[in-house]
Amino acid sequence: MKSGVVVFPGSNCDFDSYQAVKTINAGEVVYLWHADTSLKGVDVVILPGGFSYGDYLRSGAIARFSPIMKSVVSFAKKGGTVIGICNGFQILLEAGLLPGAMRKNLGMRFVCNDVYLKIENFNSRFTRKCPRDKTLKIPIAHAEGNYFADDKTLKELTETNRIVFRYCNKNGNVTDNANPNGAQDNIAGIINSDGNVLGMMPHPERASEMILGSEDGRFIFESIVEETNK
Amino acid sequence: MRKFAAKIEVKFKPGVLDPQGETIKHALLNLDYTDVESVKTGKLFWVELESESIASARKTVKELSDRLLANPVIEDFEVEIV
Repeated sequence: MKSGVVVFPGSNCDFDSYQAVKTINAGEVVYLWHADTSLKGVDVVILPGGFSYGDYLRSGAIARFSPIMKSVVSFAKKGGTVIGICNGFQILLEAGLLPGAMRKNLGMRFVCNDVYLKIENFNSRFTRKCPRDKTLKIPIAHAEGNYFADDKTLKELTETNRIVFRYCNKNGNVTDNANPNGAQDNIAGIINSDGNVLGMMPHPERASEMILGSEDGRFIFESIVEETNK
Repeated sequence: MRKFAAKIEVKFKPGVLDPQGETIKHALLNLDYTDVESVKTGKLFWVELESESIASARKTVKELSDRLLANPVIEDFEVEIV
């Protein structure tokens, strides 16, 4: 498997993502510069967290028009695996690869904390290797993760099992108290209708070694590896 | 080609929660402006452009607003050519 981590001006989790892929021995990993158009033959594209283009206008709004994104969009439309983390999720929403939009967090705070995730769909290529009997402990770090979609979209996402992660408490209960940002229905991550594009606000790359406090993020990368090497 | 200036107002669609507006409203209430019922935030853009006519200028500005300045999922916009 060959992975590519896109680097936008203002990305700051690009190296963490690179490191996470290396840590789990997932094969070759390269950086993809925002001003280039070549995806260098990668099997998986990672849009990392950070503040692309300074979050000017709206998070992700400028990045989605960068040259590399044209290639990412056509790669995704052909079924290529794309994972957008945090700012990467915001870029996927702006690019229309995933439905909905992000609003500022309820409470207006930048929230940087560990959260617990309930996995709602174990059949996706991003979650297949996740343990069935526990929640995932993975940190979030964002000011705009308050997911919004209109009622019709929400219904469709729910009915087609495309809400992959919801914020929950330690025991796996999806409650208002466990919702860190006001996101509708505690949504932390969704996939597209073909199941090859995932957007998630929590940072699995920051939870891929015990020295970082959790290894739960590895399940997501390992699921992708299994799917790609199938 | 003539020069035009456009003013574009971007605001949240009705029903979309505006946490910034809510926070500002609370601050105003804390300042004893107890008559304040609601606060909504928005964005204002001024764009200068060259175009054939006022109609073509309006068309261009509407298009660029829809593509970039506003996110149609949560925001509406109004264009005024001045």
